[in-house]
Amino acid sequence: MSKKEDFVKFDKVDKSYDGKVLVVKDLNLDIEEGEFVTMLGPSGSGKTTCLMMLAGFETPTNGEIYLDKNPISNIPPHKRGIGMVFQNYALFPHMTVFENLAFPLRVRKISKDDIDKKVEKALSMVSLSGFGNRMPGQLSGGQQQRVAVARALVFDPSVVLMDEPLGALDKNLRESMQYEIKHIHESIGVTVVYVTHDQGEALTMSNRIAVFNDGKVQQLSSPDKLYEEPVNSFVAEFIGENNTFAGEISDISNGSCKVKLDKGEIIANPISVRSVGEKTTVSIRPERALINPKDKMDNNQKGIIEEVIYHGDHTRVRLNLLGNSEFILKVPNSSQNLDIKLGNEINIGWNSHDARALDPK
Amino acid sequence: MSSETQKILSTDGIPLEESLKQAEKKNKIKAFLLVTPLLLFLIITYIIPIADMFSRSIDDKMVTNMLPKTYKAMEQWDGKELPPEEVFEAFYLDYKILVENKTAGRLQTQLNYEKNGFKSVLKKLARKQKKFEEGNYKEQIMKVHKRWRNVDYWRAIKRRAPAYTYSKYLKGVDMYSNEEGKIVQVSEDRRIHRILWSRTLEVAFFVTLFCFLMAYPIAHLLATLPMKYSNLLMICVLLPFWTSLLVRTASWMILLQQQGLVNDFFVWIGLVGDDNRPEMMYNKTGTYVAMTQILLPFMVLPLYSVMKTISPSLMRAGKSLGATPGVAFFKIYFPLTIPGIGAGCLLVFILAIGYYITPALVGGASGTLISNQIAYHMKSTLDWSFASAMGLMLLTGVLVIYWIYNKLVGVDNIKLG
Repeated sequence: MSKKEDFVKFDKVDKSYDGKVLVVKDLNLDIEEGEFVTMLGPSGSGKTTCLMMLAGFETPTNGEIYLDKNPISNIPPHKRGIGMVFQNYALFPHMTVFENLAFPLRVRKISKDDIDKKVEKALSMVSLSGFGNRMPGQLSGGQQQRVAVARALVFDPSVVLMDEPLGALDKNLRESMQYEIKHIHESIGVTVVYVTHDQGEALTMSNRIAVFNDGKVQQLSSPDKLYEEPVNSFVAEFIGENNTFAGEISDISNGSCKVKLDKGEIIANPISVRSVGEKTTVSIRPERALINPKDKMDNNQKGIIEEVIYHGDHTRVRLNLLGNSEFILKVPNSSQNLDIKLGNEINIGWNSHDARALDPK
Repeated sequence: MSSETQKILSTDGIPLEESLKQAEKKNKIKAFLLVTPLLLFLIITYIIPIADMFSRSIDDKMVTNMLPKTYKAMEQWDGKELPPEEVFEAFYLDYKILVENKTAGRLQTQLNYEKNGFKSVLKKLARKQKKFEEGNYKEQIMKVHKRWRNVDYWRAIKRRAPAYTYSKYLKGVDMYSNEEGKIVQVSEDRRIHRILWSRTLEVAFFVTLFCFLMAYPIAHLLATLPMKYSNLLMICVLLPFWTSLLVRTASWMILLQQQGLVNDFFVWIGLVGDDNRPEMMYNKTGTYVAMTQILLPFMVLPLYSVMKTISPSLMRAGKSLGATPGVAFFKIYFPLTIPGIGAGCLLVFILAIGYYITPALVGGASGTLISNQIAYHMKSTLDWSFASAMGLMLLTGVLVIYWIYNKLVGVDNIKLG
């Protein structure tokens, strides 16, 4: 059985709540069967609205959503067969854990024996066997979360939606739950659409990430590509740390360009710029700029150290470089004794390939 | 060794338990002093009146005190045949004092309750007793009226001997203890109290039901509407609260009377003919309509406060798990509102069962409730002991309902807000 490439398909979807502002603009998104796709973005970027439209709690103002090639805009939520994990778990407080899990099976009129078997299986999947008789209120946050995941999966839905499910957990629990959800996804191969504003979570868990801003998908790609090759300055800013230079293209030719800054000039990789005179923002990841590079690099600048912060495994160095006093470097903690002291002038080098000339902010 | 380890000493060498007690003592006294005003208030305004009501309802000392000598003489009498001469003499002496003090009328009334026709017999005796000669009172009294020869009348006097009686409670359920001391029902045409009790329960039940049916959607709307609309709706719900009960009842009278607005409207839309306007007031319909409207907020508020706490994502979760909106409502939403339903129903039912002004004004003859009967005895017949007895029966009834409710739903589950 080959995987369907457009198992879930958003086709030119618009959504407006008040008729004045578009919360989601012209959204096109294809999700492959069995894929783990994360919708990542700041709050108010329209990611949760997209999830709610897929679940059926909101209707698209324009456009259509397809599930396995069938348009679903006119199908009510309870007939879509989509599992959902809510932000605050939404466990039914008056039912035991077993009854919570049995609920979707009972409304589907499945026989009692099968219900017992499926619930037991789902509980053991989230390692909560033997908790069936507890009430949700007697469980810890992490356990409630697992019950919510088990409940969304127990009726074998083709797609599971998760709306910031780990938001209420503390950091350690959140990290272990991330791996747990990832493993569950890998073992049963269900399609997962996950919403979060936590980029770390998104990078850890997803096959692909859709970065939302301003009602639009800014970039949809795998976590590594998203980090290494952001297509615009919003994505570059939003994912990971980023050093930027604002400037103007002074020369552009076969795969590289010169950017004129207020002070000095750098060579960069033209991504979204085409012609001389365009304004641009050049983005460089902190770990791609090296101190006193041994190999030859096509960008070499001198900077003055303004701040040194010790972080254990690495040291963060803030430099004043080419008029940008917010230039950050991450220096790995090694026995190598570099001359990192406040006020020192040091040589910084990076490859023009890693300096991405993107759209101006 | 073990006793030493059990007795833990504080740093001063005093046993820890004792020093804890001392430290707590001050706080306990303070706490008690703080609640004392409330405690006194409760005792004065609640416990004492109820105790007084109870003693009044069983008190039957009046007759006992008016005929002290008679009852002393009657102690020996078995009640099978006419009493001996001493009883007649004692009764003559007691009655003479009452006639001289002009308090004989009360005795006449009381004994007439016990045996019909006693009043005229006693009145005649009052007139004739002035000419009585000393000695042989039995003959003289029996000569005044032939009924004095009937042992039933003497038994009637004897029945009033105990200082306490439960006859008022029997009367409250249309029963009495007859001449042989058996508890029997009053004749069928006089059983009004039982009709009133059952009507009170019926009205309270249906008012509660109507309130529930109307309040549930309102409360749901209040809990789910956006703030600016729900505030307006809340004011609409609370507005009757801020209006005098009398005004509200009076406005229902204006609306419901035969030439009133509601009837005008029915005629206008052709539902009824102009010459055939239905009576909606001075009967049970009026009581239902007015009481439901007046008690509605007491149902809306507890329901609202419970519904407000139910997360909307629960219903969404239900739907996403495959439940139709109806199933999701009855399996998820409704069970979660039961604490509010319980609180609202209990509140409305208890208020309705003792409701007074509204049934008195719009109820008419077929719409009055037990509370109106209590008021009638308080104000018109001045039979306070009977009013007290019925009041206590009502209170007991409410307590029983509360107990049943606690067994069925559990009072812990109530949520008033």
